[in-house]
Amino acid sequence: MKPIIEFKKYSFRYRSQTEPTLRDIDLAIYPGEKILIAGPSGCGKSTLVHCINALIPCSFHGETSGTLTVCGEDPARAGVFGMSRQVGTVLQDTDGQFIGLTVAEDLAFAPENDAVPQAELRRRVAEIADVVSVSKLLSHAPGELSGGQKQRVSLGGVMVDDVRVLLFDEPLANLDPATGKKTIALIDTVMRQRDVTAIIVEHRLEDVLYRDVDRIVVMSEGRIVADMRPDELLCTDILEQQGVREPLYVTAIRYAGGAIVPEDHPAHVETMNLAPYAASVREWFRKAPRRQRKNENPPALEIRHVSFSYPSGEPVLRDVSFVLRKSEMAALVGRNGAGKSTLSSLICGFHAPSEGQILLNGEDIAPLSIKERGERIGLVMQSPNQMISKPMIMEEAGLGLAVRGVPEEEVKRRVLETLRICGLYEMRSWPVSALSFGQKKRVSIAAILVMNPEILILDEPTAGQDYAHYTEIMEFLRRINRELGITILMITHDMHLMLEYTDRAIVISEGRLVTDDTPAHVLTDAAITAQADLKETSLYELALRCGIPEPSEFVERFIAYEREKKG
Amino acid sequence: MARILSYEKKDTWIHELSGVTKLLFFLVWCVVSALTYDTRILLLMIAVSLAVNAAAKTKWRQVGAVFRLIMVFMALNLAAIFIMSPYQGTAVYGTKTVLCHLLAGYDLTAEELFYLLNVLIKYFTIIPAVFTFMVTTDPSEFAASLNGIGISYSVAYSIAIALRYIPDIQDEFHRIRNAQEARGIDMSGKARLTDRIRRTSAIIFPLLFTTMERIDMVSNAMELRGFGKKKKRSWYCARPLRRNDRLVLAFTAVFAVFALWFTFRDGSRFYNPFV
Repeated sequence: MKPIIEFKKYSFRYRSQTEPTLRDIDLAIYPGEKILIAGPSGCGKSTLVHCINALIPCSFHGETSGTLTVCGEDPARAGVFGMSRQVGTVLQDTDGQFIGLTVAEDLAFAPENDAVPQAELRRRVAEIADVVSVSKLLSHAPGELSGGQKQRVSLGGVMVDDVRVLLFDEPLANLDPATGKKTIALIDTVMRQRDVTAIIVEHRLEDVLYRDVDRIVVMSEGRIVADMRPDELLCTDILEQQGVREPLYVTAIRYAGGAIVPEDHPAHVETMNLAPYAASVREWFRKAPRRQRKNENPPALEIRHVSFSYPSGEPVLRDVSFVLRKSEMAALVGRNGAGKSTLSSLICGFHAPSEGQILLNGEDIAPLSIKERGERIGLVMQSPNQMISKPMIMEEAGLGLAVRGVPEEEVKRRVLETLRICGLYEMRSWPVSALSFGQKKRVSIAAILVMNPEILILDEPTAGQDYAHYTEIMEFLRRINRELGITILMITHDMHLMLEYTDRAIVISEGRLVTDDTPAHVLTDAAITAQADLKETSLYELALRCGIPEPSEFVERFIAYEREKKG
Repeated sequence: MARILSYEKKDTWIHELSGVTKLLFFLVWCVVSALTYDTRILLLMIAVSLAVNAAAKTKWRQVGAVFRLIMVFMALNLAAIFIMSPYQGTAVYGTKTVLCHLLAGYDLTAEELFYLLNVLIKYFTIIPAVFTFMVTTDPSEFAASLNGIGISYSVAYSIAIALRYIPDIQDEFHRIRNAQEARGIDMSGKARLTDRIRRTSAIIFPLLFTTMERIDMVSNAMELRGFGKKKKRSWYCARPLRRNDRLVLAFTAVFAVFALWFTFRDGSRFYNPFV
């Protein structure tokens, strides 16, 4: 069979850079294959995808060498438009991808550009809406859709052209775990129905492996370092070396001393042959340390019977109560639109609760203004670009103090001290624009920390970050949590984050508190995960299949063990 | 959340009209209003504009903030006219009826007041029409309409996309403002005006950066799906002109001709109650 995509000794260097981003790529992809491309940020995986859809070299200019053939054509010569009939690209941000004002218009966008007559447009939109199951949503605006529905529309919008290749650039980055799982299933179904080839760039490897993948290509520094079947790759230490998170159950088996072989099919925990490993996993569980005791500190933040409705009368939160103890690190989880952001808005005072009380150190904060609360409760938004307004790091970090009239000397002292804690001291005289995304994130956190808040609320602190940056940000948060004793509440859909870094998960679904428990309990309870669109951890399945009667305890010990390893 | 001057879907016959119809009505309305100073025609136009606005079920919260802003500018404008040329009315109407003496060279005349009243109601003929147009026209359908009357589709689509992102940018603005306010950057009425102006940079820059990021992403997404590939493009939501459109267009044409004939039949564009 002839490959549908073939790179031969292909290299690419961006015009603005001195080093090539892709080096000597040799890769053949055959029709109907599903390929996962993984690797740390900056390894060249997105660049590789952009070569296939011709954004490189047509929109992002640079120098190429070697050859690339996609569907029998050279993308550089066919151009972005030429390739768009064969290759559909689903971008990471489904909001950015959503161009039309309604679902139907968005699905029609590509054929509209081909000047397809209106009657034919309507027919094709109806047909593709059926394939991606959005037929009932045709007149909806993007704001009325859930993350998963937007993803379906994005997929439909590129498939309407009968493309032969689908490219997915981190399709799971902004989705809650259950929706991510559905997306992977949808890709699988669509591939079978329409006979297309799919290339998925994603670092949430375990989530993609929910359905069979033919090959995983691992990249590092612009080169391909592995191109193997998942069963083979999971038996090597390549993922670990490259800073890509391997599935948790694989890590657990390794901790237990198991040497996994491809013949046992480790790609899916449900079907893997665990017979050779079960005994050692049980043994490891018996010996593993128990987890530390509970946090018994006095409450820092208390939410008491809080309800909230918009003026239109539509209720967003109903009778939510929980307690956050001093120097706790907790996660606030639930699907998009469950009321998580509203809750943080109430805590910060952007809206007032319709009913109930919010207490800080036992004292009702209803009379405090947004600004007064801001001195005690810091809010860090998802993207640092939403917060940074000054060109220099020092200025940005000191802004909150400067506007409060703190004397200049004092501002400088406190800023320098905070920058030291945040690991930005060496860069103190740099402009913000010279920083990486992760460093900017730290600047936006430093700008809040400088006010010495008692509580820090972070909205999706690691969204869209690869494992290395994720670890960098989270280890930093853990450090300030320990060293400064600051209480941290994180709004997240990242199950790993919740398991690895928090002591407690507060789960909200449709405006109600579902549970408030340890992450290990939450993620091993089928009823709760289903209700809140979470996903059970694969460790749970592993524990059950190895005959361990207390799966949540197994998860607890696994996390404790990992934390100890990381120090 | 308060979204100002953006399209809201409602079930009225005004919403049902094609964007072209509304655009043509709006343009003709502006031209007529600019040409005539006949108070009777202007009052009639206000009545029609308000009726249209009511028929479109436009709510105060959709337009109130902008309306207030326009009122402020209008007051400044009228004051400026009076200060610059207190006898403009006299020049126009040819008589001088002094109501009271103010300062040297400044008399308050009935003619000047009547002239200013005419300027004022000229605005009022247009404002409801603009509002109705903005809040009842589906941006995509409008783009299709513009393209339909011969404007290049990339220009038409750019306008549509700008309209489409107004609500998103407003939401982002609220989010950023809240977060900056929590940092102590007070944007409320309590802060001094100079401080407020200086501090808007704390919102403008983040808003600008996130918007630029977004534009970049959207333009890539559009290109990847073939936008700009051909000289022509079709429109999913293009609407052919229906009976109501033809009726409105016919009414607009008849009204324009009548209004201009009525205004100019005595050779002057002013209605003169003073002779």
